[in-house]
Amino acid sequence: MHDAYKMFLGPVHPALEEPIFFDFKIVGEKVIATNLKPGNAHRGIEALGMKRNPIQVLYLSERICGICSVSHASTFSRAVEAAAGIEVPERADYIRTIFCELERLHSHILWAGLLAHEIGFHSVLHYGMKVREDVMDLLEYLSGNRVNYGVYVIGGVRRDIPKEKHEKIRQSIKYYNAAFEKFKDVFLNDKTIRMRTEGVGVLTKNDALKLCAVGPTARGSGLNKDTRQDWSYLAYGDIGVKAQLPSQVTGKINGDVLDRTIVRLLEIKQSAEIIERCIDQMPKGSLVSEPKAAVILSRLKNAEGEGIARTEAPRGELHHYVRLAKKEVVDTWKAKAPTYNNLMAVPVMMKDAQIADIPVIICSIDPCIACLDRVSIIEGNSGKSMNKYDLHELCLRKSEMFGKIERGHQ
Amino acid sequence: MSIIPTLLKQLVKKPFTNPFPKKHAPNKVSDVKKINDPIPVPDDFRGKIKYDRAKCIGCRMCVTVCPANAMEYLPKEKKIKHHVLRCIMCAECVDVCPVKALSSSKEFLLAETDKKSPNLIEK
Ligand code: SF4
Ligand code: SF4
Repeated sequence: MHDAYKMFLGPVHPALEEPIFFDFKIVGEKVIATNLKPGNAHRGIEALGMKRNPIQVLYLSERICGICSVSHASTFSRAVEAAAGIEVPERADYIRTIFCELERLHSHILWAGLLAHEIGFHSVLHYGMKVREDVMDLLEYLSGNRVNYGVYVIGGVRRDIPKEKHEKIRQSIKYYNAAFEKFKDVFLNDKTIRMRTEGVGVLTKNDALKLCAVGPTARGSGLNKDTRQDWSYLAYGDIGVKAQLPSQVTGKINGDVLDRTIVRLLEIKQSAEIIERCIDQMPKGSLVSEPKAAVILSRLKNAEGEGIARTEAPRGELHHYVRLAKKEVVDTWKAKAPTYNNLMAVPVMMKDAQIADIPVIICSIDPCIACLDRVSIIEGNSGKSMNKYDLHELCLRKSEMFGKIERGHQ
Repeated sequence: MSIIPTLLKQLVKKPFTNPFPKKHAPNKVSDVKKINDPIPVPDDFRGKIKYDRAKCIGCRMCVTVCPANAMEYLPKEKKIKHHVLRCIMCAECVDVCPVKALSSSKEFLLAETDKKSPNLIEK
């Protein structure tokens, strides 16, 4: 038996796209225990948000993440609308849905490329990048920009999708149905990819349930949950979405990296279907509940209440909480990103994995650290960030201090 | 594997990427074989904000909605000053301006060496 040794990964490391710190305990080649410490990408966006009115915060929320920016804007705007009791026209809901699904398309395709890249298939990475370009072009065509689409406003959307633009969307759908077949062939039939993903990073259904995994990570472990299915919002209620499970393809559920891959690939096809149904069924009507920003602003200023919204972002359930309290600014704003849940499952997946599997397993939950890092507690000017044990220690010290003062009084 | 024909086709194709736009190309272009024009931006593109001072009535709506505090109100003149470097190009100000004094242009290459350059402050 070898002695255990420690290996650190991050916070800045070429195998990680974003800063996060992992601390592995390893015997030989085997990972025995994993610890992780986020907190390096915290930017204090919520603090900025609580100094601004909801119209301003909407654009800030979009910039929490570059890949799932629509999800944040969608969730924040619905939370504000819930808090202020603003109704959204039906046509706007359909357009919002189309943007959410286009975002899922480009996010999942990018991810498929990245997974292949971690395994060593650079050609698939470049193929993924090429395929993704089509949806980026489509997003640019529909919204005007390639990243941060700025389509959402409080109470509706800014840009219409008129009939003339439907043709181009249909072409893209056809293109993605073909791309899906190709990806499916590569990921399911290639021996090397199978060997690197099958049985690697297993998360059992029970563990997924206990650790509150969300999104494709949960569905890969066989949990039948999808916010679009369980909590009808936007146009998903009309469309009828079913959670995609890996058993649809392989007939069984292992909860490994391969299963999570299958779920995401199936969702590429599903998103294309949802977009197609949205443009088929799109109702007529206005785009916004109130076209004048000044009227919306004064309504929000006089509103009082709390709003919660949930969205199935590409990585899982995204949650925003907003409280308005008859003030010009947002009183409280809290975002909780799906990576927060899914990262908790990583130490379980890492159990008994080999060192070479670490990047593949981390990649398999599609982590987004920019979304995840919502708080960072720094001690004084030292720059040292505090974890829960440090905070507990601090709490005990405070009680002790009060005890001393009390004894002094006696 | 069906990826192989795709790869072979890719081998003989020209690169997809476009060399950086003409305007910023180096002076000596002897080693650059061909410079492509940038791909045109779409009609709805949100680029650098242009300000029409004559039209502005000083209502301050753009200052109220700007998420990046890129609009500065000039109380004496009852006009505004737009700080391009702070702008995140959301174009909310374009939507709210009652007299259409603001508009999104197609310009997006805004790098400058002087941060006080008039290109970076619209007034
Ligand atoms: S585009 Fe957005 S960030 Fe820029 S000045 Fe207008 S409102 Fe402000
Ligand atoms: S919203 Fe238009 S009119 Fe009002 S201050 Fe801004 S630029 Fe001037």
